[in-house]
Amino acid sequence: MSAFKNPFDPNLTLGATCNCGRHASQAEHDAAEFAGDDLADNSIETLNRRAIESAAMRALFPHDETRRRFIRAVGASTAMAAISSFIPFGALEAMAQEKQGSLEKKDLKIGFIPITCATPLIMADPLGFYKKQGLNVTLNKTAGWALIRDKMLNKEHDASHFLSPMPVAISLGLGSAAQPMNVATIQNINGQAIVLANKHKDKRDPKQWKGFKFGIPFDYSIHNMLLRYYVAEHGIDPDTDIQLRVTPPPELVANLRAGNIDGFLGPDPFNQRAVYDEVGFIHILSKEIWDGHPCCAFGVSSAFVKENPNTFAALYRSVLLAAQMARDPKNRPLIATVIAPANYLNQPVPLLEQVLTGKFADGLGQVRNVPDRVDFDPFPWQSMAVWMLTQMKRWGYIKGDVNYQKVAEQVFLATDARKRMAELDMKPPAANYAKFKVMGKEFDPTQPEKYLASFAIRKMA
Amino acid sequence: MTSRDTLRAGLLSIVFALVTLAVWHVATVQPEHAAAPDDEYAKLMGKGTKKSDGFPTPSQLGEAAKQHLANPFYDNGPNDKGIGIQLAHSLARVAGGFTLAILVAIPLGFLIGMSPLLSRALNPFIQVLKPISPLAWMPLALYTIKDSSVSGIFVIFICSLWPALINTAYGVAAVRRDWLNVAKTLEVAPLRRAFQVILPAAAPTILTGMRISIGIAWLVIVAAEMLVGGTGIGYFVWNEWNNLNLTNVIFAILVIGVMGMILDFIFGRLQKLVTYVE
Repeated sequence: MSAFKNPFDPNLTLGATCNCGRHASQAEHDAAEFAGDDLADNSIETLNRRAIESAAMRALFPHDETRRRFIRAVGASTAMAAISSFIPFGALEAMAQEKQGSLEKKDLKIGFIPITCATPLIMADPLGFYKKQGLNVTLNKTAGWALIRDKMLNKEHDASHFLSPMPVAISLGLGSAAQPMNVATIQNINGQAIVLANKHKDKRDPKQWKGFKFGIPFDYSIHNMLLRYYVAEHGIDPDTDIQLRVTPPPELVANLRAGNIDGFLGPDPFNQRAVYDEVGFIHILSKEIWDGHPCCAFGVSSAFVKENPNTFAALYRSVLLAAQMARDPKNRPLIATVIAPANYLNQPVPLLEQVLTGKFADGLGQVRNVPDRVDFDPFPWQSMAVWMLTQMKRWGYIKGDVNYQKVAEQVFLATDARKRMAELDMKPPAANYAKFKVMGKEFDPTQPEKYLASFAIRKMA
Repeated sequence: MTSRDTLRAGLLSIVFALVTLAVWHVATVQPEHAAAPDDEYAKLMGKGTKKSDGFPTPSQLGEAAKQHLANPFYDNGPNDKGIGIQLAHSLARVAGGFTLAILVAIPLGFLIGMSPLLSRALNPFIQVLKPISPLAWMPLALYTIKDSSVSGIFVIFICSLWPALINTAYGVAAVRRDWLNVAKTLEVAPLRRAFQVILPAAAPTILTGMRISIGIAWLVIVAAEMLVGGTGIGYFVWNEWNNLNLTNVIFAILVIGVMGMILDFIFGRLQKLVTYVE
């Protein structure tokens, strides 16, 4: 972040530690600064200029103390004028922008499902993140996940909001014709919930759920996998003991009210909507199953990446910057108002605020405060893809052998994401794989077969 | 029917409407909301505020209708357009699919009606294809046509094809023998026979088929647009359902009904134009 700070500020260290001393780390300091900064001030042009100026100042004054003394002595504006006279900042800036290359395609169509999972890619439109990258994006609200898939396969959409397992499934040709798809970034982590109808308030133990009908948004969804995992851990076989029905997200609440389903593991805002409309209650949040699980993704076809590398890079930057803004809890109320109108989510603002800020009514008479109910960590861990593959195999969606690593690395663009994040100074993780825990059980991405074999309840071909 | 009867019928219609509205009002009127409660939980549940859910009263509907009709052509981006624009999109799709269907149905219907052999040969296909719900074609259309708006038009085409086709064939086959015999005696050329004898004779039946077709097309477009999304009155309904906003859904239902009535009225008029007295 420090590269984007004003290098003509005498109180600033262009280095690794927090420069005001009030924060434990530079990251924390930056988070506070960024939130305080005016939105317009963080425009790409400003950030770009700052990055160039910082680089120049660091070259001129290798010792930070010298730079500070110089600026204090002559004043920031004089220093800036003096240095600008022999370093052509304007030209450098133009060069930096040129390096990004000309955009192959400026008018883009992006599909989305009206849920809070897609917050970064939706808010990027009204807040101008796409425009700042020179892109003219049309966001198309789409009626269901099958249609999201078809419109990507038919190339009606250039990029799309996906459920993160969908690009894996499409690339493998599961449930559709095979076409290589990529996950550029994860949109959100956490942010889902198991909702039960009000009449089941006394049935909080999954062992009592035999014969229940549950709604899930799509077969190839993290929702399906988490729900199956959760009930199986409680000794319920999701294929024989309960019924899973694919229901488009907006129809989940209507079906719950009508009694067609007993509950669902669905995306927000529909979990909160069920509570708000007094038809259901939140049994558990999905973060209680796997804290940090990926949910939705921002994806493109591999062909699009090949044909439009610069446009893809610009899209990447827009969505990453939007995710960065969405991660800050202080921005969440603003984001809720921005994505609420009919053009986007078409939901009441108070409802979206509960989802995004994590202070919500649970439908059982409690107010819960879970700030990380949903978060927007964009990094597409390849270990997440490996886990999805193990679950797809566990439940018989994939038959035969799977080359876990190969598929994960082809579909989840972790290396690209790291590069783009580093360009924006977003501190990406160093590895593509990480161990994590699902309901207390550790998953080792290097041992997928062993992990798979450890489950008692599963369906194998 | 005398003008007195018309007046009576009109009065009775108004009485029915008023009774319906009164029953609706009584059934849906909600108790006045208490002042906003202090309890945090109640606040998060939206208590004390105006929630958009619940069945609307007639006056709420009236207000929503006023709002929509005051500005029917606004355009707030690709997913939020005025009711007029949505209606225009739906009508354009129906017009496209319906025209295509008529272009196929009338010539084909003529052939089938004029040739008993062809009629019998094609009958099994028509009988199998006719009862298929047009929406069942949607996944297939999306997969093969690879374009969702063209798929929508295709669905309209396929659903308006059958009534027009069957009625044309029936109308052509049922032209009175005497007239055909007279044409034969006078050695009228086949094309002239088709256009000047059969077409006028079969026109009322053909128009009946078209009238049924346009009715079905209008029924189907709403469902198709709910499935495909994007634009149109069906998408409007879906988008408002998404928000569980029943007021707007009911308003859209009324608009759909009125539009359907207008379409039917137009074809009814056309039908009258070609009807003849033997």
